[in-house]
Amino acid sequence: MEIMDTPEETVIEIRGLCAGYGCGDSIRNVHIPLRKNRITAIIGPSGCGKSTLIRCVNRMHEECKSATVRGEVLLAGRNILDMDPVLLRRRVGMVFQRPNPFPSMSIHGNVAAGPVLNGMKKGAALDEIVETSLRQAALWDEVKDKLRQSAANLSGGQQQRLCIARALAVDPQVLLLDEPCSALDPIATARIEELLLELKNRLTIAIVTHNMQQAARVSDYTAFMLLGDLVEFGPTDMIFTNPSDSRTQDYITGRFG
Amino acid sequence: MSADNFHRRKRLNNAVTLITGACAAVCVAVLLGILGYIAYKGIASVNWQFMTKLPRPVGQTGGGIANAIIGSLKIVGLASLVGVPAGVLGAVYLSEYGTKKTAFWIRYCADILNGMPSIVIGVFVYTVMVLPMKRFSALSGSAALAIIMIPVVLRNCEEFIKLVPVSVREAALALGVPRWKVVLRVVLPAASRGILTGSVLALSRIAGETAPLLFTAFGNRFWDNGFLHPIATLPLMIYTYAVSPYEDWHNQAWAAALILLAIVLAANVTARLALRKT
Repeated sequence: MEIMDTPEETVIEIRGLCAGYGCGDSIRNVHIPLRKNRITAIIGPSGCGKSTLIRCVNRMHEECKSATVRGEVLLAGRNILDMDPVLLRRRVGMVFQRPNPFPSMSIHGNVAAGPVLNGMKKGAALDEIVETSLRQAALWDEVKDKLRQSAANLSGGQQQRLCIARALAVDPQVLLLDEPCSALDPIATARIEELLLELKNRLTIAIVTHNMQQAARVSDYTAFMLLGDLVEFGPTDMIFTNPSDSRTQDYITGRFG
Repeated sequence: MSADNFHRRKRLNNAVTLITGACAAVCVAVLLGILGYIAYKGIASVNWQFMTKLPRPVGQTGGGIANAIIGSLKIVGLASLVGVPAGVLGAVYLSEYGTKKTAFWIRYCADILNGMPSIVIGVFVYTVMVLPMKRFSALSGSAALAIIMIPVVLRNCEEFIKLVPVSVREAALALGVPRWKVVLRVVLPAASRGILTGSVLALSRIAGETAPLLFTAFGNRFWDNGFLHPIATLPLMIYTYAVSPYEDWHNQAWAAALILLAIVLAANVTARLALRKT
């Protein structure tokens, strides 16, 4: 295993994280590192808290009014819970389960939204960011002739890649993906997966997925969660071939979930 | 037996469908009936002079309602200038910022205000504005209309703002955009169609209000200056003319009603066309 040989930098260190929605914790005492230029998959059955966990990492979790959160999430050594959430989210981007382009904006407008809403003026520099982001999201060739058209006319897979381009346009260090392929067909899913493998050269990625094959295909590390607890974390190969916990074994062999 | 049941069920189904359809048709028929009757009665008296001249003294035929048309535009315009921003911003608070409890109470108060007889609002404005100022005025008329308008705009726009999916807000927040900017630049544009529709509906509603203007705007048979004098409006004019004993005034009341309808319709259509472009 080549990735185990080189020492890896940890970009985000989740330490003793508990979070919930008012009545009790949905996740308890979770420890996970997100390593630089690696993809970490978070798997587990519905309701295990994987979305809650990932939403804590850019503090989207707190947008829910009754949300509670304790513990630490360290980004380059600083606890993000002490940081300004707005500034944090420019460094830690997010792609959601359903493609959610801004309905009133064009394709160009969607990708430019982050920089523009944060004060950037229209012009060549902005157009360049849009093009670079769309290229990185492997969407440029499909949309370069219709940048001013509504994003709503794109297919689901294209919309999701547009959302990835939009997240990339603010130049984040970390990209969080919350079941990004669950609303897509297998071909669109394959394109997103290819894209993630490409993107990990630039970014640190965490992906929540229902789909174990997807985790096995794209991730370097896998965390398995069950009922709010982290059961096991390790290199993906190991989790899928030789898990140390019998519950992980049961889940990946399809005995439940 | 079962075949019998089947036929009975079919017949019942047809009958109920027919009843619901008929009830829906009544609604449309009433609207068309009103529109048609007003057009039929009013069209004869509508001409250029009617739209551009002042009313003539009693006994002389001819004359127009130009002052009432401009008067209505003035007080409805001023009322909207206050009512629309207040209502829309209140709706933003309700849907984006208010906690469950405060939102509940604000909504509750808005609904009560919404259901309040408009003449009561007229009397209220009479007491707090007309009496202290010692004069009937366009300003007090606009104030009464704005009070009626705010809860309507508030509730209409709140519903439309809430229709913007949470996922869209989340997408913008996740880009590191501050909340106020998400509301202003993403949520409101996405709801703009509804906000405009809601505002125009409220505008249509106040354009036809008569009761609250009786002791605020009061009415005027001449041109008025500024906002501090009694002012003519279409609904007041229609009311005065309709209850008068003169045949000529009755005809003018029908014509004025037709013009009021046309103005409201024009506002609706303009709003729709303005939005189609975006």
